[in-house]
Amino acid sequence: MSHLAYVAVLGFILVGSGWLELAMRTRVYSKWRRLLLSIIPVVLIFSMWDLYAIAQGHWSFDWAHVTGVVFPGGLPLDEVLFFIVVPIAAILTLEAVRSVKRWQIGDEPADQIRDGRRVGDA
Amino acid sequence: MTYTQLAVVGVLVAVVLDLFVIRTGLVRRRAFWASYAIIFFFQLVTNGILTGLRIVRYDGSAIIGSTPTDAPPVFMGDGRIAYAPVEDLLFGFALVVLALSLWVYWGRKGVERTPYSGPPRILTSGAEADLRSGTGGK
Repeated sequence: MSHLAYVAVLGFILVGSGWLELAMRTRVYSKWRRLLLSIIPVVLIFSMWDLYAIAQGHWSFDWAHVTGVVFPGGLPLDEVLFFIVVPIAAILTLEAVRSVKRWQIGDEPADQIRDGRRVGDA
Repeated sequence: MTYTQLAVVGVLVAVVLDLFVIRTGLVRRRAFWASYAIIFFFQLVTNGILTGLRIVRYDGSAIIGSTPTDAPPVFMGDGRIAYAPVEDLLFGFALVVLALSLWVYWGRKGVERTPYSGPPRILTSGAEADLRSGTGGK
């Protein structure tokens, strides 16, 4: 096992979800401003949680299996990347479900909703 | 606070935010729960790798389980599911609800709201029928 073990898992998540952008036309990466606005608070909030947990000793890391790049407070870069990669994968999943099932997710204007379903693609 | 307590608080905060603060109401939508079911499966896999290989280790006094930090976790039992402490499932749920709520929130605010996702390039039988009938969904 190497220092890339943790980021390899993150790579698996990126690849495992990234194909949805093409196959399901999720249009998530193409809406990168909206994506950034959604991810930044998650990274900040969960990094703070992580820092608290590290300080309290709730969890710790095997330093042989993470990159070794560490933020102040002992927060590995790998963890911060996790808080970026997982929200992207989650949003891709939601948009893929919408793409296939055509269920609303809550950002549709009222005039495009009929019988609880989205009509038209604006 | 222990990880157990914080994880419960995290879920409550995320759900209250979704329902009452930014009012995205995602946890009331089937699109959310269908997505979460998919995410949940992959969380078990990826979290299982991270905890099973002990890349991340937990203090037995901070979680429901009691496996010491320097001992390998069991696959099931001792407060663990697929090696990961059940608290991780709550942590993941809070993370996903927050991220998805913000995504909907910014869309509703008009930040890159459209074009919506779809239609799939790989046509599911349902999507194909919708396209043929021109109903845009049953």
